Amino acid sequence: MGKTVVEKILARAAGLPEVTAGDVVEPRVDVAMSHENAALVINQFLEIYEGTGVTAHPWDVSKIAIIFDHRVPAESPKTASNQKKIREFVDAHRISRFHDVRGDVGGICHQILPEYGYVRPGQVVVGTDSHTTSHGALGAFSFGIGATEMASVWTLGVALNVEVPPTIKVEVNGEFPPHVGPKDLILHLVGKLTAQGANFRVLEFHGETMRKMSTSGRLAVCNMSVEAGATSGIVPADEETLRYLREEAGVTDPVEPVVPDADAVYERVVTVDVSTLEPQIACPHTVDNVKPISEVAGVKVHQVVIGSCTNGRIDDLEAAVNIIRGKKVAQGTRMLVFPASGRVFQEALDRGYVSDFMRAGAVVMNAGCGPCLGVHEGALGDNEVAVSTTNRNFKGRMGNPKSEVYLCSPAVAAASAVAGVLADPRKGS
Amino acid sequence: MGKVAFVVGDDVSTDVIYPGRYMATVLPTETPQFAFANDPALNAKLNAKEVPPGSVLVGGKNFGCGSSREQAVSCLKGWELTIVASDVARIFLQNSINLGLNIITAPGVEASIGDEVVVEGKKVVNRTTGKSWDVVPLPPARQAIIDAGGLIACTRKKMLEARAKG
Repeated sequence: MGKTVVEKILARAAGLPEVTAGDVVEPRVDVAMSHENAALVINQFLEIYEGTGVTAHPWDVSKIAIIFDHRVPAESPKTASNQKKIREFVDAHRISRFHDVRGDVGGICHQILPEYGYVRPGQVVVGTDSHTTSHGALGAFSFGIGATEMASVWTLGVALNVEVPPTIKVEVNGEFPPHVGPKDLILHLVGKLTAQGANFRVLEFHGETMRKMSTSGRLAVCNMSVEAGATSGIVPADEETLRYLREEAGVTDPVEPVVPDADAVYERVVTVDVSTLEPQIACPHTVDNVKPISEVAGVKVHQVVIGSCTNGRIDDLEAAVNIIRGKKVAQGTRMLVFPASGRVFQEALDRGYVSDFMRAGAVVMNAGCGPCLGVHEGALGDNEVAVSTTNRNFKGRMGNPKSEVYLCSPAVAAASAVAGVLADPRKGS
Repeated sequence: MGKVAFVVGDDVSTDVIYPGRYMATVLPTETPQFAFANDPALNAKLNAKEVPPGSVLVGGKNFGCGSSREQAVSCLKGWELTIVASDVARIFLQNSINLGLNIITAPGVEASIGDEVVVEGKKVVNRTTGKSWDVVPLPPARQAIIDAGGLIACTRKKMLEARAKG
């Protein structure tokens, strides 16, 4: 019986000849990623060893990555103290994959992991962040866990009691129309599957559209797979994956792609034809409340946000800058841009994008999670509306339960900034 | 289990249960005060200590969706609430098991504030309305973590066993 890509990855990581959806395994972990919540992981990790007489030391520090992104630079003494505590732990245990608050190697965890070649096809990747699903874009099985579970991984080097998830095959075909892209695809899919439609399941992406899609687009698609409840999204590694790893992530050592069998058993198959897709908008307050732009255009917008682990890469900034260059952000609307990493920021500077954004009236912020999760900047006022390229629009997500967030692509966000209302980028302005 | 203290709808996210701005607070002793902090009435009811331990929060579909933040679990555990929901998002369910928050999945469950809700055998029973719903059993692997006293204890035991074997 044929196997899905995740069944093959988990069999290998668990040292078993084969596994099937529903089996319970303890896979070896290849990458264990945390951000500022490493402060809680450290507490739990030390508690595991408390009273045992055994000195606490992680199983393999070369597999741990810690990246500050949620609150950079620190917004409060409490955060600064958490970050300080993590730095001390990193120093004490000589964790080299540590990305501090820096303009060169800093950035959002889900951008840093691929950029630095930490993630490879066939690996098991866990992260204390729900958007760890992103790394399925490189053909890894990558999923979010809690801080206590990460402490367990740091201790044992395996993820305990992982149930092999059933897989939904998503077959994507057709050519994207102008100003429609990967973000519109994943928003459409989340709307179609619903917010819990893929709970405890993997979304495995196939089809001509996926084959032609850049790794950046695949990262956006896998990133938001969790918004349909999926344990992970995954694009089986192909030529584009190898190109990205060699040319963009600087990987020189051997890469072993893991691909599904042709007769793999899927729970079901979902097909999407993107050739007739309009720009998609996730309306307040759930990510599966998705409508085509034609149904919601015209909503007054107070804040436009471009960035995040979903859409803060150079091609995202390019799509936005191509719309806003030479124009102005509308009066009464503010536009915030935050590149996903220092490297993306540098590239945006080199290409003149930062200047284009600023001349248009946008505020370009440092790389990081920015306003996405409402912790330290870019908060919304009562009854204000944001249009954002981020991944969640839950009530209060951007810091104010009395505000609304609409999710969209960078093209829609830029067109809306110019128009001051939710706008269709295909119509120009 | 006991009386229903809270009834919330579908898709209650961890941003609602524990807003992002309190995420720098990590200690389980400190997180409960911020439970449902964006809902002043609900938060005040908890902080006024009007809700006895063992009280029930009834959720809809996709309870605990969104962020993996563990504070969303530790803040509810701190108030010793029992969660009964139609279904629970994966990471939230896993975090609940790891930390020992009492959580029960019972598709279709319905209750109003003040109802008495209990588990009888494999069913959740609303004694006030007389209705009952099947409990979705936990997979054995997850039950094993609960039986071991939570993930910290479970991991400690495995770590010591591995060392004993050399």
